[in-house]
Amino acid sequence: MSRRPYVRKIERNWWLQHPRYVAYMIRELTSLFVGLYCALLAIGLVRLAQGHAAWDGFVAAFSSPPGVVFQWLCLVFAIYHSVTWFALTPKAMPLMVKGEPVPGKLIVGAHYVAWAAVSAVVLMAAGV
Amino acid sequence: MSETITLEVLRYRPETDSEPHFQRYTVPYRDDWVVLDALNHIKDNLDATLSYRWSCHMAVCGSCGMTINNEPKLSCHTFLRDYRGGVIRVEPLDHFPIERDLVIVMDSFMEKLSGVKPWLIPKQEKPLSDGEYLQSPAELNVFHQYTQCINCVLCYAACPQVGLNEDFVGPAALALAHRYNLDSRDGGKGARADVVASNEGIWECTFVGACSQVCPKQVDPAAAIQQTKISASVDWLKDLLTPGAHR
Amino acid sequence: MDVIEIDVAIVGAGGAGLRAAIAVAEADPTLTQALISKVYPMRSHTVAAEGGAAGVIKDNDSLDNHFHDTVSGGDWLCDQDAVELFVNTAPLELLQLEHWGCPWSREANGKVAVRPFGGMKIERTWYAADKTGFHILHTLFQTSLKYPSIKRFDEYYSTDLIVEDGRCTGVIGIEMRSGRMVAFRARAVVIATGGAGRIFPFTTNGAIKTGDGMAMAYRAGVPLKDMEFMQYHPTGLPGTGILITEGSRGEGGILVNKDGYRYLQDYNLGPPDPWPRKKAMELGPRDRLSQAFWHEQQKGRTIKTPHGDVVHLDIRQLGEKMINERLPMVRELAKAYVGVDPVHELIPVRPVVHYTMGGIHTDIDTATSLPGLFAAGECACVSINGANRLGSNSLAEIVVFGARAGRSAAAFAKAHPKPAAAAKAAEAAQANLRELFAREGGSDTVSSLRKAMNDTMESGAGIYRSEDTLRQTCGVLADLRARYRKIQLQDRSNVFNTDLIQTLELGCMLDVAEAMAHSALERKESRGSHQRLEYPKRDDASYLKHSLARYRDAGPPSISYLDVVITKSPPAERVYGGAAT
Repeated sequence: MSRRPYVRKIERNWWLQHPRYVAYMIRELTSLFVGLYCALLAIGLVRLAQGHAAWDGFVAAFSSPPGVVFQWLCLVFAIYHSVTWFALTPKAMPLMVKGEPVPGKLIVGAHYVAWAAVSAVVLMAAGV
Repeated sequence: MSETITLEVLRYRPETDSEPHFQRYTVPYRDDWVVLDALNHIKDNLDATLSYRWSCHMAVCGSCGMTINNEPKLSCHTFLRDYRGGVIRVEPLDHFPIERDLVIVMDSFMEKLSGVKPWLIPKQEKPLSDGEYLQSPAELNVFHQYTQCINCVLCYAACPQVGLNEDFVGPAALALAHRYNLDSRDGGKGARADVVASNEGIWECTFVGACSQVCPKQVDPAAAIQQTKISASVDWLKDLLTPGAHR
Repeated sequence: MDVIEIDVAIVGAGGAGLRAAIAVAEADPTLTQALISKVYPMRSHTVAAEGGAAGVIKDNDSLDNHFHDTVSGGDWLCDQDAVELFVNTAPLELLQLEHWGCPWSREANGKVAVRPFGGMKIERTWYAADKTGFHILHTLFQTSLKYPSIKRFDEYYSTDLIVEDGRCTGVIGIEMRSGRMVAFRARAVVIATGGAGRIFPFTTNGAIKTGDGMAMAYRAGVPLKDMEFMQYHPTGLPGTGILITEGSRGEGGILVNKDGYRYLQDYNLGPPDPWPRKKAMELGPRDRLSQAFWHEQQKGRTIKTPHGDVVHLDIRQLGEKMINERLPMVRELAKAYVGVDPVHELIPVRPVVHYTMGGIHTDIDTATSLPGLFAAGECACVSINGANRLGSNSLAEIVVFGARAGRSAAAFAKAHPKPAAAAKAAEAAQANLRELFAREGGSDTVSSLRKAMNDTMESGAGIYRSEDTLRQTCGVLADLRARYRKIQLQDRSNVFNTDLIQTLELGCMLDVAEAMAHSALERKESRGSHQRLEYPKRDDASYLKHSLARYRDAGPPSISYLDVVITKSPPAERVYGGAAT
């Protein structure tokens, strides 16, 4: 009959239309840098296996100004990613103790403690 | 002259309009009015052709979801006083076809809701004569939050994944499946998994979190979905290690 | 017109309609069904019920207790055979809801918890925090999804019953999203469309509660019973009329006037114990509490607000933890709509139209006088509520009599042949609608007539009524009905035309309002929620009877009377307060 439901198109820039979608897209983008950094570390391992010269070249590239800038960028994004992820953990992993929910702050806090502990172990192993 | 406030309402009448357009209405400003009161004022006094859904006016029937200044909201729970001095833009909820004016087509949601088998599938059937299934307050507490959904579909309007993939089962339906999965009386998790743990189910969710931000009843569907992901992964792993032992 | 052939048509998909549909499916899965509603099931107004559902389950209670509370609560206008059936069945039906997953609040040992309620001698009200109706409705709706034979027709507005050769053989509806008319040809029809609180201006009822089903049956010749009995709930929020559950008083909330005085002790409801004494003070029946408010108002002891006079409900003594656990919605609603946090402040409340005790006259099996037509829930009057319903009896009623209506309709459908095509009824309905669409020149609007109806019902047929006010209201209603026949649509489109739906709803409300006003005018006594200023006493000699209002196309309804069924409780004085416990 006279029905003619109107379907609105999703625009390409839909994620610019609300701050929470922008924040979400940034979080998605950060994972790209975290991934890239992981890939570079893997390449570093390959270089190490290829011998001294290869490894030195890799380290030199990493220590060059663009390399340092890139690592800083990765660090910032990795922190952003971790912090936003930790903030969401009470949702993904809620705990009940004696029928009462464990406060979200405790769950988030536990993640930071674990992060600090793992980082300390890694730094000690690296001999810093 | 007493104070007024302007509403910009998206109109779409399929019999005369080729596409939606905004129409402005000026209504009296009242401190204790919600947007729905303003719409009712328009309907009763200015323009009887405006169509929208509503009933309870107390944020429990779930009829009156609308996009209000770019935010999915219940219009019966959104006060004019929070927009004083500005213009209030009222549109139908995103990600649904517009039937007319502020009325959306709900068919897809209704199908998705029934698709997750949202009813109790008892672990053990027992006759009424044996009395109630015992359930401690703590056991009730585990899923109680997920029983609060009023099917207002604000979460579908907020979720970009719903907009990008119309087959995504979506937040409210997945949260409801989780509600039954968590119920100590229920044993239907396996029966629901086909839909819930499918590509169009939980794995379509990228944890934007918008569903939980807009939920007027603090159901937190995002949490439900992430928990389901973890539990489905554990089930998958168990199944891999001991094939056929589960479900 | 499209014709849909089915075995059972159910109009209304709230608690009673859904329960009926499930009962039909369980009685015989091969019976085809149409569950027709003008809204999606989860929008139905059952959703707004808060406090709980009554059913005897604890060892300290008995079915007899529930029976006597209900009968005296109804001021002996209840049919006692129906009440007996009701109290016997309620626990089973509530248990059935539990088996379907309803998240009832629990005791520490895992058993279902109960709370005290107004007019109930023992605590027997099952509750799911303060969203009991919401949970019952969603449990029923979700459970209904597992029965393939329940075919829903969401957002279809029913306009007329099809009646042929003295039998109801279907219903005609409008698919709201297309404007298309559909004839549901059915062997049996159940009406479960809820009450008509929207006839009044200040009500807890949602916009959809416009008495459509009552009007449909009434126009088809089925009498409306006891329509003069309209319940005022004592605690609604000023302005919006949002309900603040009786559960808040069941848990220990108190009512105070402008002097902070628990005024109910002045109205035979004392003593004012600091704890909730059952059947006393704040746990008295709703009619008495609303009437007490009226008297306080006359004495100038209420509090003036821009939205009318109020008294205060004080639940602070319950403490934040208990309020959050048992009355979370009360807190949420009070904060949002009147800016008051009940943990720290007093909630302003005033009596508000809440429940239509009267309705479509049915027998104990939910059958109406029209063969093939059944009714259940608030739209019906099987007479368990009498002159005043006790809080928490209606949520139990919708499942008890909803299920019964489903079974009765299923049995009737199996025993009767498929009806022949209903061309005549369909044509008539279509012609009526065409005439409405074509009408020109009317000067009244739906909203102006509705407002006039609301105003005259409040001023003439409110908590206290008199000959003068009722006569005036009857006159105004007659005038409004005449004007309604000339009303002109402002929207003539087909797709989701809410102007059309509101117009049709107004027509229903005007018919039902007239039945209410004339029934009230004829009942020259005071009983339960029907209080006549010039006849302050109950008059059993003349009025221990149900009123029956019959529709007449031209002119007011005819009113006749039917004896009340008394089995084991002879009429006596209603006693509340210290003497009752």
